[in-house]
Amino acid sequence: MRNAFPIFTVLCAILAIWYAGSVWMNSTWVFDQATRNGQTVTWGQVIPLTMAQDRPLLPPPHQVAENLWKGIAGQAVTSKRSLVYHGFVTFRGTMAGFALGIVFGVGMAMAIVRFRVMDQSVMPWAIISQTIPIVALAPMILTVSNQIGIETKEVPKAVISAYLSFFPVLVSMVKGLRAPDHMQLDLLKTYGASEGQTFWKLRLPASLPYFFASLKVAVAAALIGTIVGELPSGAIEGLGARMLIGSQFGEPLIMWAALFAAAILAGLLIVLVGLVERLANRRMGVGA
Amino acid sequence: MLNRPVIEAKGLNLTFQTADGPVHALKDVDLTIAEGEFVCFLGPSGCGKTTFLRCIAALERPTGGSLTVNGMTADEARKQRGYGYVFQAAGLYPWRTIAGNIRLPLEIMGFSKSDQTARVERVLDLVELAGFGKKFPWQLSGGMQQRASIARALAFDADILLMDEPFGALDEIVRDRLNEELLKLWARTGKTIAFVTHSIPEAVYLSTKIVVMSPRPGRITDVIDSPLPKDRPLDIRDSREFIEIAHRVREGLRAGHQDD
Repeated sequence: MRNAFPIFTVLCAILAIWYAGSVWMNSTWVFDQATRNGQTVTWGQVIPLTMAQDRPLLPPPHQVAENLWKGIAGQAVTSKRSLVYHGFVTFRGTMAGFALGIVFGVGMAMAIVRFRVMDQSVMPWAIISQTIPIVALAPMILTVSNQIGIETKEVPKAVISAYLSFFPVLVSMVKGLRAPDHMQLDLLKTYGASEGQTFWKLRLPASLPYFFASLKVAVAAALIGTIVGELPSGAIEGLGARMLIGSQFGEPLIMWAALFAAAILAGLLIVLVGLVERLANRRMGVGA
Repeated sequence: MLNRPVIEAKGLNLTFQTADGPVHALKDVDLTIAEGEFVCFLGPSGCGKTTFLRCIAALERPTGGSLTVNGMTADEARKQRGYGYVFQAAGLYPWRTIAGNIRLPLEIMGFSKSDQTARVERVLDLVELAGFGKKFPWQLSGGMQQRASIARALAFDADILLMDEPFGALDEIVRDRLNEELLKLWARTGKTIAFVTHSIPEAVYLSTKIVVMSPRPGRITDVIDSPLPKDRPLDIRDSREFIEIAHRVREGLRAGHQDD
């Protein structure tokens, strides 16, 4: 618990800055109202009025927390207003995209390491693919998938999510599969090991630390991809859709609550990946 | 030496094509190693001693001359599990236990599960690591790791042991002990050992035959049959005979260098 103090200090600082920002930004509305009514207000009167507006420019932390709590615990988890429900929809999409990204990333890395031609022809495209802004690409993927007759929104969402998450896996796995040095490869050669044996017994296990390092980046990317995929799809489900609704209908509280729900989800996902990594490490005999 | 020849090289040449032109790694190497010999290859870097060992292991392809291992080509000998190779670094897989590492060649060569277990036990005993099978490499000292890598090379019963500076990265004290143990192991198993080293005392202490090599082009300058008895305590290194052989080796190395 020695770490608790600095963490708590930083948290307090963030909250203080946030409250100050709320007062400053929301006070504009209070002053405008007062001017319109021909009244003058003192700061003592203004501050309480900035703390409980229906549509604040910057909602103060307690309002966000209150909305978040209402969204999570305030109703049945099956309700369309429940953040648990929307969070689950996003989680499902993230997992689909994450899985797709892993399969695609690992598969491509295997091909690139095995075939020189792939290294020269595919790798540049993989890099270029990441320079295209996903917000520009997402509507196109949705249109195309609709055009080819895919009714469900889950598939294009997973594709958009995988589009972001495959890349860190690919880059790490190319490095990981190439990690064994000449000596280790020569050793297997002296045993007359086949290419398959070299892959399963040396390259793949040697790449696992790289793989897990990339998963933490990939899972976060998959979540972002899913949320972006939910924005333009006209979707009514998912945290991305919730954020869009909040922004379009001028309900900042809904938007902020969804934003924090997404952050919590991201945190949980990273913890989950970390746990899987720890389990794998223990099996692989990494330090006590 | 009436034993049958195990490794025979005749007029062996190996030229690497590099950006700076051809490099003569081996030039006209003639050498016969008989069964049960302990041969050390000694010489400065670039003299081709490791390259020669890699040719025997079919890790390099000679560009001229002939080389037979157990009467076969090097490639065939490898397929017959003719040799075990020990590298300078132990190169144990960190994700496998010591026993798992020794099992690696056995898995690849398709030994049965029960045979694998029996063999791992036996070679762990042979290198005096009994009881360490369940440990991971990082839990062992450098010397113990190298012993495990020797056990790995012994596990599939090859008659020839090729060792490329196996103790080069270890400190002198550990090295002395491992040298002594290696001689005991050699006496017990009757294997043919080809051993590459930088160290004159190591070469003289271990070998029945010392092959002195020199660089540019890599070639053999002297082959010395050691008159030392097979049973060698460490203090044999202070004996007259030992010092005389070491002297001859040093002369051979110097002669090779005058060509520069």
